[in-house]
Amino acid sequence: MDLTILWYIVPSVIMFCAGVYGFCTRKNMIALLISLELMLNSADLNFIVFNRFLFPGTMDGMVFTLFAIAIAAAETAVAIAIIINIYREIGNTDITSVKQMKF
Amino acid sequence: MGITLPILILALPFTMFLILGIGGVKMSRKLAGTLGILANGALAVMAYIVAFTYFFSGEAQFILDGVRQQVQLFDVTWLAFTERMVVNIGFLLDPISAMMLVVITTISFMVHLYSWGYMEHEPGFQRYYAFLALFTFSMLGLVVATNIFQMYIFWELVGVSSYLLIGFFYKLPSAVSASKKAFIVTRFADLFMLIGILVLSYYVSHTPADGPLGGASAFNFMMLNAQPTNVLASTLGATFLSGSVLTWAMILIFVGGMGKSAMLPLHIWLPDAMEGPTPVSALIHAATMVVAGVYLVARFFPLYCIVPDSLTFITVVGAITAFYAAVVACAQIDIKRILAFSTISQIAFMMVALGCAYNEPIEGVHYSGLGYMAGMFHLFTHAMFKALLFLGAGALIHAVHSNDYTKMGGLRKYMPITHITFLIGCLAIAGIWPFSGFFSKDEMLAAMFNRHWFWGAWMTMVAGLTAFYMFRMYYLVFWWEENPEYKTSHHKPHDAPWQMSLPLIILAAVSCVAGFIPFGELVTYNGEPYHIHIEAPVAATSLTVAVLAIGLATAMYVKKNPWPTRLKNMFPALWQAAHRRFYWDEIYMFITHNIIFNIICRGIAWFDRHIIDGAMDGMAAVTNWCSVRIKGMQSGTVTAYVRWYFIGAVLLAAITWICLL
Repeated sequence: MDLTILWYIVPSVIMFCAGVYGFCTRKNMIALLISLELMLNSADLNFIVFNRFLFPGTMDGMVFTLFAIAIAAAETAVAIAIIINIYREIGNTDITSVKQMKF
Repeated sequence: MGITLPILILALPFTMFLILGIGGVKMSRKLAGTLGILANGALAVMAYIVAFTYFFSGEAQFILDGVRQQVQLFDVTWLAFTERMVVNIGFLLDPISAMMLVVITTISFMVHLYSWGYMEHEPGFQRYYAFLALFTFSMLGLVVATNIFQMYIFWELVGVSSYLLIGFFYKLPSAVSASKKAFIVTRFADLFMLIGILVLSYYVSHTPADGPLGGASAFNFMMLNAQPTNVLASTLGATFLSGSVLTWAMILIFVGGMGKSAMLPLHIWLPDAMEGPTPVSALIHAATMVVAGVYLVARFFPLYCIVPDSLTFITVVGAITAFYAAVVACAQIDIKRILAFSTISQIAFMMVALGCAYNEPIEGVHYSGLGYMAGMFHLFTHAMFKALLFLGAGALIHAVHSNDYTKMGGLRKYMPITHITFLIGCLAIAGIWPFSGFFSKDEMLAAMFNRHWFWGAWMTMVAGLTAFYMFRMYYLVFWWEENPEYKTSHHKPHDAPWQMSLPLIILAAVSCVAGFIPFGELVTYNGEPYHIHIEAPVAATSLTVAVLAIGLATAMYVKKNPWPTRLKNMFPALWQAAHRRFYWDEIYMFITHNIIFNIICRGIAWFDRHIIDGAMDGMAAVTNWCSVRIKGMQSGTVTAYVRWYFIGAVLLAAITWICLL
């Protein structure tokens, strides 16, 4: 059985949908963050897969992925800092209790 | 002569305006007043030097073969619309501008000095001096303008400064409405002037480059005045109006002068302008601002001469105004208003003189432009004695705290200096030898008789009326019956402090001797000297008329008697009409309120309120309606945002997908 592109794409889609689902339904901010990482990782996976299958011999997609991982790490740090501050402010990390974001 | 003095003459008053206007609030009264007076004194000295150099140095650029030249001391480009529509700012020196430099700075200096005493206790003293400086600046800029556009700019600045000064007591509703009235009426007149300027410059600047006026700037006075026939030629055949385009342009320009010089029917602002402080009345309304119209005609004189119909128009307007104002002045109670109407009458006198100064041969007789010289001469002498009279009136008001002669009477014992100087002013304006008014009025009347006997006779009658109403006022103020309140009050009327008396004495001295200035040698329409000789028959007639009028006034008003009242009761309608200034204000009220506001403006207001505002309101209502509908999306909860974002992303993806198919 050959490893076609579908073997990579389908898990990526599943990962992305799981991320979206989690992002919409979970209440805990940490869980939201994890869902976000899932979506990002599925996108990274797509980069690598398309690079490997469509343009073998080049490295562009790989490099992009490395950058994306680095930025995602920084973003996570920022997100966690925000979460900690919210926790200090309202005493929990429940996303539904953050209702001030329209001002 | 270098360009330092001319630039300083314009820069100094403007700098003073900025310094006193911006820094005035931080200054003490003493500092602000001293600065203003010193700067103005320096200004007067500089103006004297310039005028003296121009008239007497004999330099070739100023006088060539006995003919005085027009000189542009500097002229820099300020705005360039097209190659030939260029607006310059410069300094034009010729006989009339040199004379005006002297008049303006002298009167301005006297007023500065006088105000030091008169305005001593008024709030806003520093602001007052700042406005005086601005006014002096604008008037100086006006008279030295090298082109129509510069003149127009300073013309408007004069209007603004008069607005500021008339409305100086801005807490009085009457002062506020008077300043608005002055501004609106003169602005309305200036609209016609602007149209006239545009018509003139359009036809002059649109002639082909190889035409009669090829290549010159369309606004420059020297260019326009040096070749009036070519200006006329360039407008010939331009429109269906043919040559009369220039006539119309010149009449329209003159309408602007009518507004500033308070000619009928645009005179209504001047009597109300007496709401301003009295020294301001002396400065603006007697000596300098109202003569702007006369100056305008003198400045464009060669162009007016080439279209004599416009000169006839000026003569008629001036003659009617002079008579009207003289009659009204006979029936006023407020002494400042009497002076205001006498100003209107005297300015109109100058206008008639200019109108009669047509210097082309008529029926073989050559008229020498005598009226031009005489009008300018009268402008000079009138400025001096009218300022004197206004400042004297200010001293009276200062002493009695009222403008009405009914509160005065018998003041000669209490205020000897004011009495003597005021009498000199009255004699000068009445035209009694050897006071200055006699000489200038004689020349003017001679010019009018030269033109046509009717103008001469008419204006001689006006001169008689002038003598009558001036002496009526003089006797009612200084003789008549002493106001009994003086005896009982603790605060007896007395002569003003020296700051106020000194200008009176100086101006009285000038009024005594100014008639002997050989004015014809200095200022003529073409720069060639003209030897003044008293025209014996004219002089004798006007002198007799003046003496008779003074005699009549003496008989009627020197002692309290019932005759004036009896006379008034004999013609109540006439007296009432003259007292109410022949209802011009009521006519204007009717036209503006009943016709313009009520009929025309109502329709415009409806259109504005319903169509223009309606369109704007409609746009706002639609926006509001939409935002009310969609504001629920902005709930503030993060999950809701995620949901909307997700829906949006899916929709975009769907649209992209559909488009790709």
